[in-house]
Amino acid sequence: MASLTNRSKVLEQTPLNLMERLYLPSIFKGMAITFSHIFKKKATISYPEEQRPFSSVFRGLHVLNRDEEGRENCTACGLCAVACPAEAITMEAAERQPNEEHLYHEEKYAAKYEINMLRCIFCGLCEEACPKDAIYMSETFAPSNFTRQGFIYSKEQLLIPDPNTDKEKYQVAKGLRELNKKNK
Amino acid sequence: MTILQIDFFYFLEKLLLIGGVITFSLIIAMYTTYAERKVAAVLQDRLGPNRAGPFGLLQPLADGLKLFFKEEIIPLTSNKLLFVIGPALAMITAMLTSAVIPWGSSVNIFGRNVSLQIADVNIGILYVFGVVSLGVYGIMIGGWASNNKFSLIAAVRGASQIISYELAMGLSLIALLMMTGSLSLKTIVEQQMNGAWGGFLGWNVLYQPLGFLIFLICAFAECNRTPFDLPEAENELNFGYHQEYSSMKLGFYLFAEYINMFISSAIVATLFFGGYDIPFVNETTLAHTLGGNVVALLGVAALLAKISFFLFFFMWVRWTIPRFRYDQLMDLGWKKLIPLALANMLITAIVILWLNK
Repeated sequence: MASLTNRSKVLEQTPLNLMERLYLPSIFKGMAITFSHIFKKKATISYPEEQRPFSSVFRGLHVLNRDEEGRENCTACGLCAVACPAEAITMEAAERQPNEEHLYHEEKYAAKYEINMLRCIFCGLCEEACPKDAIYMSETFAPSNFTRQGFIYSKEQLLIPDPNTDKEKYQVAKGLRELNKKNK
Repeated sequence: MTILQIDFFYFLEKLLLIGGVITFSLIIAMYTTYAERKVAAVLQDRLGPNRAGPFGLLQPLADGLKLFFKEEIIPLTSNKLLFVIGPALAMITAMLTSAVIPWGSSVNIFGRNVSLQIADVNIGILYVFGVVSLGVYGIMIGGWASNNKFSLIAAVRGASQIISYELAMGLSLIALLMMTGSLSLKTIVEQQMNGAWGGFLGWNVLYQPLGFLIFLICAFAECNRTPFDLPEAENELNFGYHQEYSSMKLGFYLFAEYINMFISSAIVATLFFGGYDIPFVNETTLAHTLGGNVVALLGVAALLAKISFFLFFFMWVRWTIPRFRYDQLMDLGWKKLIPLALANMLITAIVILWLNK
């Protein structure tokens, strides 16, 4: 039959010789290969005890940031919600009262701030859109919950620990972030 | 103590030995499941079970408990009596074989010479064959009683496979038996121990390499292990003959398979690798320095080491070689192994005649 492309190759199929027909040499060869795998480096790890290192640009769960005095950075401008391609972010803005200056960085703040982690695609566009450095993505990942409702994270769950009341946790969270920034 | 002309200590000693061997084979079978998973893991560059207990050593217990707590389902359309008898039969036949295997020479307890073999039957190996062929009923009855097409196909496959490979297995052994002149496993082991190099040169595998190979291949087929695991073929037949089984009845089938593996490893070690013979060591001279009991226990350890190697070998092969096609399986059994075994028998007979002339 005429070949269409002239690229076809004719496979030569010679009948098996005696050694090949015995099969045993090839079986031993195969067993040597599997045996050598005993000494190879394991491809898996004991997960919760050991963890694989993340890339420096890893995008995990979101954290709402505070400034050094523990005031929330977020001004509820809504840029993150607009940037979000999955429409996972909802927020309600409120005006800061005169006695709330120690709580919020600017005159406007987010009274309600929710991210639906089931909708979120962890693209990081909210982090890029934020002009106040109020939202960033941490290295925490794989959240688990019993209900769908549980995956809608409220502002309290998203906020970084307060440096005034919980200094240590704040430092840990902050330290991780500084480390990541340096690597970036 | 002899009452009514029955030596009751003998009775007690055998009872203890039976209990010991059964418990021991059950524990070994339990840990073979663990070893199987662990070996599978390391051969595939994984870590294997390591959650339950240190190094995952409690995993078999967890698996067993899980099987106990599972719901026990007996299908409505099944034959209920046979459905229950099937796994019981598989388990019983698997356990029965261990009776004639010599686990060690003999130990001296309070002046009594206790043989570490439950029954030194003079037709030992024949008894093994008889019981192993009964094992096919476990599979056959299980598959039939399930009233399920896949199970039945698997059971028929299993039955014909086991019957076909029993022939080659028996023929390969005839050559060996012509050399030993005895069917008693104890005698066969003692003959091997008398060889040079502390028994090593007496090992039958050196005189019957082809017979050993055929026997080993047939042992794989008899145990339904890969590459001959057609009766369970999980990806063609949905686990085959025990598809309808659940809970501990399924556990019995799986367990019986591992006990069969253990027993056939023991028989291969006994027939071809000197049984409880410690290679390169003369047991009688060692017994003078260490005492007979210690040497007997060392012999048991040597047998166990050989058995563990073969258990590992079973797993090693499982994770290396893919399953046969059914016609290839039959082709290998009837057209390759049986003629080979016959040729091996003939050559052995001629050599024995030549040497005795």
